[in-house]
Amino acid sequence: MKYLLLKHYRGGPTPAVDFPPLDRWTPEEVDAHVQFMRDFAARLEETGEFVDTQALAAEGTFVRSDGEGRPPVTDGPFAETKDLIAGWYVIDVESWDRAVQLAGELSAAPGPGGKPIHEWLEVRPFYTESPTVTE
Amino acid sequence: MTEPLLRELVPAVIGVLLRRGADFGSAEDAVQEALVRALEAWPDDPPRDPKAWLVTVAWRKFLDAARSEASRRGRELAAEVEPPAGGVPALDDTLRLYFLCTHPTLPRNSAVALTLRAVGGLTTRQIATAYLVPEATMAQRISRAKRRIAGLRLDRPGDLGTVLRVLYLVFNEGYGGDVDLASEAIRLARRLVALTDEPEVAGLLALMLLHHARRASRTGPGGRLVPLGEQDRSRWDTGLIGEGVAILQTALARDRLGEYQAQAAIAALHADARSTAETDWVQIVEWYDEVLLLTASPVVRLNRAVAVGEAHGPRAGLAALAEVSPDLPRHAAVTAYLHERVGNLERAAALYAEAARAATSVPERDHLTREAARVRQLPR
Repeated sequence: MKYLLLKHYRGGPTPAVDFPPLDRWTPEEVDAHVQFMRDFAARLEETGEFVDTQALAAEGTFVRSDGEGRPPVTDGPFAETKDLIAGWYVIDVESWDRAVQLAGELSAAPGPGGKPIHEWLEVRPFYTESPTVTE
Repeated sequence: MTEPLLRELVPAVIGVLLRRGADFGSAEDAVQEALVRALEAWPDDPPRDPKAWLVTVAWRKFLDAARSEASRRGRELAAEVEPPAGGVPALDDTLRLYFLCTHPTLPRNSAVALTLRAVGGLTTRQIATAYLVPEATMAQRISRAKRRIAGLRLDRPGDLGTVLRVLYLVFNEGYGGDVDLASEAIRLARRLVALTDEPEVAGLLALMLLHHARRASRTGPGGRLVPLGEQDRSRWDTGLIGEGVAILQTALARDRLGEYQAQAAIAALHADARSTAETDWVQIVEWYDEVLLLTASPVVRLNRAVAVGEAHGPRAGLAALAEVSPDLPRHAAVTAYLHERVGNLERAAALYAEAARAATSVPERDHLTREAARVRQLPR
């Protein structure tokens, strides 16, 4: 079963720990945080549960079609968007419980002073490709 | 031609290496390497004796790996490649691999991967593509699984029940990449039937064949799901149905009923009918009662409610549903269907929409969304 562990810059429930943005941390604290993320991915590879990880830049824009023969319309970027996705891990695991356990581990990434940041992560199941035969 | 032949040979070649004293993990790795080599080399230069070619190449790979491992540890190689004391195990090589690869201590997805590689003769890349994970992840999953079962004794029969569950899991995965997993599961089940004398194995094979026979009619354009009642029955594969029914009858005659035989009997009753209206739903309900005696599975209870609805009317179906936990996936979908037949269209549409939100696959979600939309348009 595949799950998305979604990291948000903003959005989700009220943070459990109030910490300043990453650019206010010491370089060592930033390194430790980044290393934790790499180690997390490496551990998933080692357990045969890794599928994908990507990080997204904070800046982006909205785009929509404006009818045939016309260029697409863009809107934004919006500095104050409520929900801002930072990136994700895709995992392939035995159960929902395992997905929640891994999200819990990821959420304990170190922040200022090396203390876990306890950030909220969103866990979302993937749809499977083929339906089970039911008739 | 190369690939099917190769796949057939893989478990036997692993067996040869095991009998020469290789441990399962290394033997399986060596044969996988030989397999990948063969896939490259054979199309241009087919060997006269494919099995001997594979054994030679795999054995060389094994010795190379064992030597480098021995020198890494500063040990002599000789002691490690002696045939095991006590002679050759009595169990058939391939059957032994089925038990080992599906050992109950393995997580399900690891057992599936290992079975497809060591018994099915698929490459790591093919398995990774079929299950949509990176090749490195699949390779890790397989080597972890092998570490987990290292040191298990290989000389006694294992749990046939878990073997069957793993094969059915593979079957239900359907297509994946260039490998048809349903066909692969059928091939592995056929092989198992030849190696065992257990009616449930035949029951599983019959069940797979009967489901497989209807595969072409189960999806419409763009992978759209077609429910049983709307399937074009002229597209059902009568050859496969005939074979499935014959295998099932032979198994049932042994008078040792099991879950798979009973499920296959239900599938056979569907396959035998010219329409849902002409289906023997009463007998299907009776078979579901048999299955419930054998498993008490809530999913079976849910499917039974559908059959009760067809046999004795939708209100009876809804009454049967009262005994089923609403937490089950597809509970809302079944309830929606029965309410529609009773004529509670508002309720049915809302339940179909709810079912769509709870669906676990894209085709199911789309189908249920369309059902909700269809019911909302019905005159009332």
